[in-house]
Amino acid sequence: MVKLLNVYKTYYLGEDLVKALDGVSLTIKKGEYISILGSSGSGKSTLMHIIGLLDKPTSGIVEIKGDDISKLNDNQISKIRSTFVGFVFQQFNLINKLTVLENVMLPAIYSKEKLKFDPQKKAKDLLIKFGMEERLNFYPNKISGGQQQRVAIARALIMDPDLILADEPTGNLDSRTGDEILDILEDLNKKTGVTVVIVTHEKDVADRTRRRIYIKDGKVVNKY
Amino acid sequence: MNQYKNLVASSFDDFKRNKVRTFLTSLGIMVGVMSVVLLIALGLGLKNYIEEQFESLGANLLIIFPGNVFSEDSGTGGNFGAGFAGGANFDEKDVRTLKKVSNVKYVVPLFSKSMAISNGKEKKAGYINGSSDEAFEVMNIEIEEGRTFNKSDLTGRAKKGVMGYTMAEKLFADPLSAVGKTVKASDIRFEIIGVAKKKGDRQMDDGIFVPYTSTFGSLNPNKTFFAIYLGTDSEDSIQSVKVGAKEALLKRYDEDDFSVTEQSQILSSVNQIFGIINTILIAIGSISLFVGGIGIMNIMYSTVTERTKEIGIRRAIGATERDILLQFLMESVILSLLGGIVGLILSGIIVFIVRFFFPASLNLTAILVAVIVSSIIGIVFGVFPARRAAKLSPIEAIRYE
Repeated sequence: MVKLLNVYKTYYLGEDLVKALDGVSLTIKKGEYISILGSSGSGKSTLMHIIGLLDKPTSGIVEIKGDDISKLNDNQISKIRSTFVGFVFQQFNLINKLTVLENVMLPAIYSKEKLKFDPQKKAKDLLIKFGMEERLNFYPNKISGGQQQRVAIARALIMDPDLILADEPTGNLDSRTGDEILDILEDLNKKTGVTVVIVTHEKDVADRTRRRIYIKDGKVVNKY
Repeated sequence: MNQYKNLVASSFDDFKRNKVRTFLTSLGIMVGVMSVVLLIALGLGLKNYIEEQFESLGANLLIIFPGNVFSEDSGTGGNFGAGFAGGANFDEKDVRTLKKVSNVKYVVPLFSKSMAISNGKEKKAGYINGSSDEAFEVMNIEIEEGRTFNKSDLTGRAKKGVMGYTMAEKLFADPLSAVGKTVKASDIRFEIIGVAKKKGDRQMDDGIFVPYTSTFGSLNPNKTFFAIYLGTDSEDSIQSVKVGAKEALLKRYDEDDFSVTEQSQILSSVNQIFGIINTILIAIGSISLFVGGIGIMNIMYSTVTERTKEIGIRRAIGATERDILLQFLMESVILSLLGGIVGLILSGIIVFIVRFFFPASLNLTAILVAVIVSSIIGIVFGVFPARRAAKLSPIEAIRYE
């Protein structure tokens, strides 16, 4: 489903050349529950951004469902971001001026095709499923971190993606709330078969997934 | 369609959050649109006012001036007024000649001289207008009180006159009481037999109309006229009368010594002059519109910076570059259009008030121009900030704090 072949990502930080990714090759199959484990600065976030098409590699091939993404234009890439991936961020990244319900509905607004579902109803259903029925019209800065992350997961799910990319989803949460979020992700993977990739630096979190990809200094390594 | 509804709604959401900023930004466009619309309205009003002045003289009217003022070959009012200096001195013989031209209904000579008019105690600057009894009909002069002079007054060289309303106000406490009184111009006493309604023409309102025959003598020793008004029997015969009058006068004068002018000619000269004035006024007003546009651009740039993270989030969940471009463009257009519409409403109110003193007028063109120009400003000055927003790298935008 996702295939990276010899991917490099370099950029300049001032005068220094930083090799964020140094020849990464990996494959993610449909329905997998994977973690990408690495310390801060290892390149794991860059890897996630490239898988999620938020960033482009300096060199190497990224294939999504068999398509080489270097050949796609902005509209096509945006469509993949809209329908193929759902992001869950450490910082939640909800839009504070929109209500919880509006945040969850937002991806549907940018869909260029006719939706097969009613966005408002689906957003409500998702939020109710995650125990947020009391908070539909709250603004994100008025609810707790755990609640915000549930909203973010609901937002990631509204377009029925094939892949959920979670970047340190528990990083800003206490361990009990973090576990709840991981339970939700694990449950989603089991019940709906959606592929879940969790990027983390915590071994505990990674241990819960079925496969682990270790990354160090921009390279995939066998053991951490 | 739904997408645009969303864009408009989200723009208004943002305006609500930044009321003061929205107001100040729109203010620039508001002032710009207001100045352009008001200047157009005033220019147009002035033009209409002058047109009305000419039209109040009646449509079936030809005016014969000495010199070649307004003649077709004199160009764009190139020697506007210069023709008055020289040329023919019309007299009673010309009046008789012109009366023979077919389709001519009235021949009204006009002698006009500015001079002091006195009521015995004080003198006021005004005009003596010597004309015939038909002048009242040809020039649409209506009587407020008393009567006009008649044919026998004319032939009898009666020292009787109809006073303009403004002059009557100046010389007498109650202007209508002027009827029956006597005034003195130079050394001649005139009995006032009527007071005319206000006409808006200084020469008439500040003057006294007397039978032209009574001016012959010390007031008008050469027995000449400043102009001759020809009333035709219908609007259709204007051209034929014009030709006929020309032919008749050419027997006595050279072509350059007089001109037979219709109102449309005078009007087109006036229109041309006002066209130029209007263009200049609009150009001046446009400067403030331009400055307003820069204000919008400035604010949109700072909005883009402020909302970088939001842009990143929107991109991450599937917004295309075009979606982001449209969102910001829509905001600047609405901002500008709001300013334009408020500016238009305010100008409407101002025009409404000014109308009590001055015939300003708003027309559809001014309204359309205001709306279209302010949308265009929104697009032109909004497109650069919106492009910057659209071209932001999603990942850098989402990391922006």
